[in-house]
Amino acid sequence: MIDTPTGYAALGVLLFAMGLLGLVLGRHPVRKILALNVMGTGIFLFLVAAAARDSSGGTDPVPHAMVLTGIVVAVSATALALALAGRIQQPYAETDAPVQPGEPDHVSE
Amino acid sequence: MDVVSWMPFWILMSSVVPGVVIFFLSDRHRGLRTALNMGGVTLKLILIGFMIAGLVKDQTYLFRLPLLPGMDLVLHADTMSVLIVALSGVLWFVTTLYAIAYLEDSPQPRSRFFGFFSLCVSATIGIALSGNLITFLIFYELLTLSTYPLVVHRGTPNSLRAGKIYIAYTLTGGASLLIGVAWLRSIVGPLEFVQGGILSTWPAEYHNTFRAIFFFLIAGLGVKAAIVPFHGWLPNAMVAPAPVSALLHAVAVVKAGAFGIVRVVYDVFGIEFAARLDLLAPMAAVAAATIIWGSVRALSQDNLKKRLAFSTVSQVSYITLGAGILGPIATIGGVVHLVHQGLMKITLFFCAGNLVETIGVHRVSEMNGVGRRMPWTMAAFTVGALGMIGVPPIAGFVSKWYLATGSAAAGADWVIVVLGVSSLLNAMYFLPILHRAWFREPDGKWAREDAHRGLETHWMLLLPPVLTALLSLLAGLLADAPFSPLEWARRIAQQEYLP
Amino acid sequence: MFPNDPSAWMVMLIVLPLASATLSYVAAGIARWVSVAAAFLTTIPVLGLALRVWHSGAVSHRIGGWGAPLGIELAADGLSVLMLTLSAIVCGVGSVYGFAYFAPESDAGKKGGERFWPLWLFLWGGLNALFLSADLFNLYVTLEVVGLAAVPLVAVAGAAALTAALRYLLISLMGSLCYLLGVAIVYVHLGTLHLPTLASVADGSPATGSALALMSAGLLMKMAVFPLHFWLPPAHANAPAPVSAVLSAVVVKAGFYLLLRIWFGALTAAPAIEIAQGFGVLGAAAILWGSLNALRAQRFKMLIAYSTVAQLGYLMLVFPLTARGTGAMAAWSGALYFMLAHACAKASVFFSAGAALRAFGGDRLEQLRGTATRLPVATFAFATAAVSLIGLPPSGGFMAKWLMIQAAFASGQWWWALVIVGGGLLAAGYIFRFFSTLFAYVPEPPTITPVPALMEWSALGLAFLSILLGLAAELPIELIRIGAPYAGPLWLGG
Repeated sequence: MIDTPTGYAALGVLLFAMGLLGLVLGRHPVRKILALNVMGTGIFLFLVAAAARDSSGGTDPVPHAMVLTGIVVAVSATALALALAGRIQQPYAETDAPVQPGEPDHVSE
Repeated sequence: MDVVSWMPFWILMSSVVPGVVIFFLSDRHRGLRTALNMGGVTLKLILIGFMIAGLVKDQTYLFRLPLLPGMDLVLHADTMSVLIVALSGVLWFVTTLYAIAYLEDSPQPRSRFFGFFSLCVSATIGIALSGNLITFLIFYELLTLSTYPLVVHRGTPNSLRAGKIYIAYTLTGGASLLIGVAWLRSIVGPLEFVQGGILSTWPAEYHNTFRAIFFFLIAGLGVKAAIVPFHGWLPNAMVAPAPVSALLHAVAVVKAGAFGIVRVVYDVFGIEFAARLDLLAPMAAVAAATIIWGSVRALSQDNLKKRLAFSTVSQVSYITLGAGILGPIATIGGVVHLVHQGLMKITLFFCAGNLVETIGVHRVSEMNGVGRRMPWTMAAFTVGALGMIGVPPIAGFVSKWYLATGSAAAGADWVIVVLGVSSLLNAMYFLPILHRAWFREPDGKWAREDAHRGLETHWMLLLPPVLTALLSLLAGLLADAPFSPLEWARRIAQQEYLP
Repeated sequence: MFPNDPSAWMVMLIVLPLASATLSYVAAGIARWVSVAAAFLTTIPVLGLALRVWHSGAVSHRIGGWGAPLGIELAADGLSVLMLTLSAIVCGVGSVYGFAYFAPESDAGKKGGERFWPLWLFLWGGLNALFLSADLFNLYVTLEVVGLAAVPLVAVAGAAALTAALRYLLISLMGSLCYLLGVAIVYVHLGTLHLPTLASVADGSPATGSALALMSAGLLMKMAVFPLHFWLPPAHANAPAPVSAVLSAVVVKAGFYLLLRIWFGALTAAPAIEIAQGFGVLGAAAILWGSLNALRAQRFKMLIAYSTVAQLGYLMLVFPLTARGTGAMAAWSGALYFMLAHACAKASVFFSAGAALRAFGGDRLEQLRGTATRLPVATFAFATAAVSLIGLPPSGGFMAKWLMIQAAFASGQWWWALVIVGGGLLAAGYIFRFFSTLFAYVPEPPTITPVPALMEWSALGLAFLSILLGLAAELPIELIRIGAPYAGPLWLGG
């Protein structure tokens, strides 16, 4: 029987994989951003589970520090991504037509 | 830092510095540009004179710049380099004069032209003065890069197309050369040029590798030396202005290729080692094929410059042929032809340029009666053409004589047949031109008329071919004099064969 | 005392750009001046650190006196100094270029000038921190800083750049997260994140292997190695010229830098030769694919961006070329020198492209006919830098390729030599195709918008530098070899 931290760690990796799949397969930018967050959360879960496996019985603070930093980074990145995605949805005067979400970028070639 | 022994470097700088300065001049500064051009070339000739004088007194000239630990850029002056440097210096002097007059009315920026022109000289000087294969490679590729803007100078679709073909051929050749040099370097270490070669002491298990390396090297050099089937770029490059064709065909690019082959055979492999590896016979065969093929193609060309281009394809391979026959006499023939062919061919191209610039004649069929309109130009052309055919006492005869006797001495009688056939073919495509020019009446008015105060054309367009024709004649007449090209070639051959 | 203390230099290298970034955000009016000043000032710590490493070898510094695993440690060896110099050159000259490009009077300046400078300096600070970090997680943080600064820089140009920026961001984040999971696995399995310590405790277990695989996958995404390269051409082509320059020259190299640190430093659990050859195959594919697309490109900046994809392929060849022992030193030095030479040449080329874009209002090939006569300085700069990109002597690119070819022959893997030489010919193909357009004779050239001289001359300066790197390679190579994972002479006779 696997113990709880290992179970959570495995779950974390599973979430990572699901997020990765969603990122690759998703079409809408917001969906992709959500998938990225799921991936990130999976890694954080893995790290928190890892923290519990300290040999002396206590918790290891280093993974916790990593998770906190990671959350900060994820928040900033998500904010940037959403801002960009929002800008793209607005029609703008300089191009011929508004770009559909998920469409490959033909304009630049 | 010994100023005197750095002479090779100063000679190089005498064209680099004016070239760089000219780039920054606007086109209006004609006087300054001319002064820089002629000043640089004159300085170069003076320095070359000093160097020759020093060599006679056994002064060593060496310039080293470390590029990487264990790999240096080396410029040094031995007998072979001096021969080419002197040739380049003299021919550059006349070409500069010619180019200044030729490009008088061209709409494209002249500073750009003369800037790259000077860089081109510098690259050729660098090739001539290289002391090891890596330095040679560096300047060889620099030559490609600096000649490209000259080929595409006019910017017309034809020029640009010719430029693309030129680059495709020469860079591919450069790639082959690079593989050969890199491969050899990884096995042998530093590749300094040593008379008699550096590879003869290596054991037999390396011989097949050396054979492969030889193939890569010669193939790479053969592109610039216009060996069949790598010669395709040369006729196409004729769209460039005449000074450029004169440069490419007599002085810089083809000579660089041929000189490279000579260096590899004599100073890297060593002629006797190359013979032991059975490398000479295939090379001589390919050279012979080129000689014949070039002349055959020349027969069917009506455009004068294209005919001369194929003639060059054929003539430059005499040098490769000389390098492919074991024996000092053949060596002399091949090496001296580096000089002789340069002098004669540049004369022919200058004349062709005069015909285009002054009376708008591009084709052989339009050349009826040209001799009456432009006697001095056609006289120079006649000297050059007769020299190409091999008529004594012009320089071409001397080279062919040595090649023929050298082949006989080496037991390669088939070469004599090739030489005979080639001379016959040369006569077949040059003599009709002479006949038309001197013995036919002109068909009507010329396409252009550019009169110049009593002279048949601008004096700066007339002097260069007359001068080089005279030099071709003298090189043949005075071949036994102490400082003739032939004497110099004899010295080189001595040094390559003595143990 | 100050000059002799490498810690001060290292800290300054991070603090100076960050402080300038904050200052330029707060005082937008003098932002350009602050940045150029920062650019000049940064040369001092870079030189100081380089001299120090040259004399005493690799150095390190514990921030606040707290060592690993809880504290953050900075370290510098030959490779770090190389990358720092590279960033300093590109960002320094780029700041000068940007000074003119984003001048308040110009359109670009009015649209994005204020937002550009703080982001630019944050990017530079992030890059410096990345090249000085000695621990895996700190590297993750700096990697994200670099990514989050680079993406909005791409978007500054607006319009088509926005979509490219978003795609860049999504890929970048995907790569970082893969990397992070790898870091997490390393920590769980080996108990430390400190690079030098990892080198001694790393083992060949499946856990380490999967961590290595994840981190590599993430970094390959960030490096735009084939087949994960599709985000790069639109992003680099549509960004403003100084941004394209720093992205192609430095930011993608950051991914490669990390790959080197992990494969050759922290987790040298001796990768099997098959994987090394596999990386080499990816590299060769990148060279081929990038070059073929560059041959078909219709826009100048797109051509250069595909050229970056191709050139990054050469870097991947360091893996097979070092796998057999002999020639490894030459391969390592060659790959590192390649990064430097490529950075200078690529930045120069993008600067010229920016000048052409400014002059002609667009960069489609038909618009650029006859540029040689209208913009001679920019054309000459492009031509000179192209010599290095193709790898012709005398240039830094040639030196780097020469070293790698020597490594190929020395290790008996002659096929890589053919790949390298072939790649050079392909590069010549797409470069000279473009030259034909530049040199075309146009009897009545169209009127052009005047281009600030500073832009053209920055391009020319970097181009000359890339040639100089071919003539003065001895010193830099010796510096690069400090702290290299291989010992011994450079090559036969060296």
